Order: sequence, then C-alpha cells, then structure tokens
Amino acid sequence: MIIAEKKPIGEIIQEVKGYKRLLILGCNECVTVCEAGGRKEVGTLASALRIYFMKEGVEKQIDERTLERQCDHEYLEEIRDIADQYDAILSLACGVGVQFTAEKYHTTPLIPGVNTCFLGANEQRGVWTERCQACGSCILARTGGICPISRCAKRVMNGPCGGSSKGKCEINKELDCAWQLIIDRLRDLGRLDDYEIVAPIKEWSTERSGGPRKVVRADVQVSA
Amino acid sequence: MSLRTLDQVKASGELRTSSRLEKIFRMGHLAVTSECGPPRGSDPKAVTEKALLIKDHVDAINITDNQTSVTRMCSLASCIHLKQMGCEPVLQMVTRDRNRIALQSDILGAASFDINNMLCLTGDHQSFGDCKQGQNVHDLDSMQLIQTLRHMRDEGKFLGGDDIKRPPDLFVGAAANPFADPFEIRVPRLAKKVACGAEFIQTQCIYNLDKFEEWMRRVRERGLHEKVFIMAGMTPMKSAGMAKYMKNRVPGMDVPDEVIARLSGVAKDKQPQEGIDICVEAIQRLKEVEGVSGFHIMAIEWEEKVPEIVERAGLYPRPQV
Repeated sequence: MIIAEKKPIGEIIQEVKGYKRLLILGCNECVTVCEAGGRKEVGTLASALRIYFMKEGVEKQIDERTLERQCDHEYLEEIRDIADQYDAILSLACGVGVQFTAEKYHTTPLIPGVNTCFLGANEQRGVWTERCQACGSCILARTGGICPISRCAKRVMNGPCGGSSKGKCEINKELDCAWQLIIDRLRDLGRLDDYEIVAPIKEWSTERSGGPRKVVRADVQVSA
Repeated sequence: MSLRTLDQVKASGELRTSSRLEKIFRMGHLAVTSECGPPRGSDPKAVTEKALLIKDHVDAINITDNQTSVTRMCSLASCIHLKQMGCEPVLQMVTRDRNRIALQSDILGAASFDINNMLCLTGDHQSFGDCKQGQNVHDLDSMQLIQTLRHMRDEGKFLGGDDIKRPPDLFVGAAANPFADPFEIRVPRLAKKVACGAEFIQTQCIYNLDKFEEWMRRVRERGLHEKVFIMAGMTPMKSAGMAKYMKNRVPGMDVPDEVIARLSGVAKDKQPQEGIDICVEAIQRLKEVEGVSGFHIMAIEWEEKVPEIVERAGLYPRPQV
C-alpha cells in the first residue's frame, strides 16, 4: 500500500492562500487506510482551514469531496461538472492521484496536501513501515522473503555491512538490520548455506534510474 | 610460511600484480600497512607530511575514502601524491558515492598512475557525515566491487563487456570485521569475499584478542587463511575516554572492559603510552597466530606513533623489495 503523511498545515496554508474557491479532494483507498487523506482527514483539514482564514478575516469557499480513487479516469470524471467552480484543488491523494487529477483538469491548479512516503505495511494501528522500493525485478525468493533494497539503508545485495550491531542498523538503533532478518529467516528455513551464494550485480534499469516505467497488458487492452 | 626471496617468488609464477604488498606477502613476511586520512582541503602536504612520518616503517599506506561520510580530498588524488613521493599506496574505494561507471573509471585512473592496491568497501552511511541530506549510490556493493576489479584485471573487460586497453594492475583487498553481528556469519562472509576474488583482507581494529583468535580458528577450519592474506587491524588507544567512546558509540567495535580498566588505571598523561603498550603487546601475541599475514596499523591523527609501534613489535626494518 502507498503510505502518505499529512503535510504540515503551515505549508498548506502558504500554498492555498492565493485561491478564493478551494476544493479539498480526498481519496478512499491507500490514504484512507493510512489515515492521511480520506474523508475524515478532508473534513478535519477543511475545518482547520476555515477557522484559520476566518480568524485572518479572509473570505474563502472551502468545499469537501472524496473520490473512490484519484488514479482512475472513471472516478475523476465524477467531478467534471464542478471542477471549474474552483480556483484550485487541494488533493489529499498520493502523488499519483494528485498528478492524475492535474492531468485531467489541467487548467485547475493542483496542490498536494500529503507527502507520499513509501510502499509499506501496517505494523499496528498508527504505524506503517516501508517494505518495497518497486525495483521492478523482485529477488524475494532468494532473500527469505525480506527485501534488502527497501529495508537496508545501503541496499547491499550481499550484506550485512560492518555496521550491523545487535540486529540493528548503524543509522538508527531502532531500525532492524535487514540482513540480520534475512539470516534469521534463512536459518529458520534451514537454508543458511544459501547465505554464501553471491548475489549478482543488480539490473537497476527496471527501477527509477531507467526512467519512468510502464506496464502494458496487451491481452486486457480494449481495442479502439 | 617460510621465507622466500623475491626471485623465488617471481619464478613461482604466483605474482598476479606489480604490487609491492603482494610481493611481501608471497615472500612470507608479515606485511605492515598503515593509513592516512586526507585533509578537508586541497593542500597535498597534509597527506605527504603524514606519509613521511611512516613511510620507512610500513610496506604500503592506505588512503581512506571520505571516511565516516565526511567530505575530504579524494582517495585517488591522495594516492597519486603518495605515489609521486615514492610510497606504495592502497586506494580505498567505497560504493556509497559512485555508480559502476565512476567506479570503473576511477579504477582506470588509479591504474594509469601505477597505483597497485585497492581496498573495496561499502562505506559508512552518509547520515554520519557532513552531507546527511545527500543521496547514496550503492549501485554495487563491496562484494560486487571485488568481482568487478578482478574482472577488469584478469579478463581485461569492462562490466559492459568491451575490452579494456591496458587492464588495471591492482592487488584486490577487502575489509572484514570479526566483531560485527551476527558472529555466526562473519566467517561465511569472509568466505564470500574470497569467492568474489579478494586477495588480501584488513580487519577492523582488534581489542578482543580472544574473539579474534576464535574467528581465526574458524577461518583456518575452512582453509581460508591459505586463500587470502589476512592483516590484523590495530589502533592504539589514546585514552580511557577514547576506549569508552569506541566501546559504546562505534558500531561493530568490541572493546573488552579489561582494556578500559587498564587505561583508566593509569594517570591521564600516562594513558597514551599505555595505549601504545597495549597495541604492541597485541601485535606480539597475534604474530604467533597461524593465518595472520600482517598488521594494518590505523593510528588516526597519531601517525607519529606508528614507527614506535612497528619497532617495538619487532617488525622493523621492513623488507626491501
């Protein structure tokens, strides 16, 4: 799941100051689950902004709407008839949703209301941690199901580095050393001998460095 | 290993590079290396003056590569200065700051100046240094860098497959930390580095001699001491304070309480000498350990003490090669 975090309200206020009619647009998927940009957060933010601008004596129209997703054409079409009533849209979707909305309503300024942080899982209520860097070439079968690219601060493919201490990473005593986790798991799987297999040099062109990526399933495409 | 002459070594066909360090290892001597940290500026004298203090007492001098992620003059330039004053450099290269293009490129740059030794490292995380907000690279890790260097030297090819004109003539080193966690894979990790092509190893500095000897026992069990030349890392403590700091604040460091107690037990102005004594005694003990092929003395900002340590440890004069 995509994990996001609310932007500081001060930053949002700076960005929306110049717009009189504002639509706060939430998303019912990932940002709802990580409690950053769903219907509830849209409501809270709308109230906070209304109170702020009222105190400043600035008149603003601040409306609220939450779409099922902002990364799909069909849901974004739902605001087609009202979009031009606003001077800007403050989207609480992840970076994908903000951009897709901007592409669809390209004459309406789009402002992000959350910081999109990572692909992660829900450890416990209120705590999300990173698990995947979307490298495009998954090696989890060889590392006991634990990813050294997303969970090792140096993404070493043949770890641990010399800074691993008591199962924790050198950069933060609370951060598990990914390679300690991998070794523990290989041991539990009875595959500790696999540790000595040298992981080959990574093909990074399927990750960010190779340029913006695209997936096509020709078999499910609808012909024109 | 019994001693051989240089001619005998040359005749054996075992030499793989022009490295002076390799020659000393293969002749059967205990090799001695030390290190210099480059300056936080562009004055080469900061490197050459330190080198002058130690050059007659060591076989080669390592130059660190933006150690602890603190930006300094690059290792390659410093190695060139050393080479130009007649010293044998060991280029340290981390994978933190360079992608595979730059890594291969800098290797060729070093080889063009006939720098003959390189230590392949991962590097401390950038959050320790002066550019915490920067990116890190880690296009390759240290194991893959070892493989790359061997490939460039022995196959004469770039990673991309093209031929290299005048392949690099570099003796390949790596680091090992017998004290990092988890202990159970520290020897498998060494085996991995050897399988990748490491020819010499410099360990993290050793204070827990029992643990190091246990690591060496396991190393010998697997025959690794016959496949790679292992140099024991040594750093003299300047004070009890330094010992405590290293024990508590430096990851992968094992400083036994007895060492701290011994340093704390003497007056503050006597602690530096006590630290040197501890270092010398450690070297004397580890000289007897089968599989130890030399000592890497890291006396950071205390290079002037290296001659005393080398002499008192019975490692002076150095063989003329």
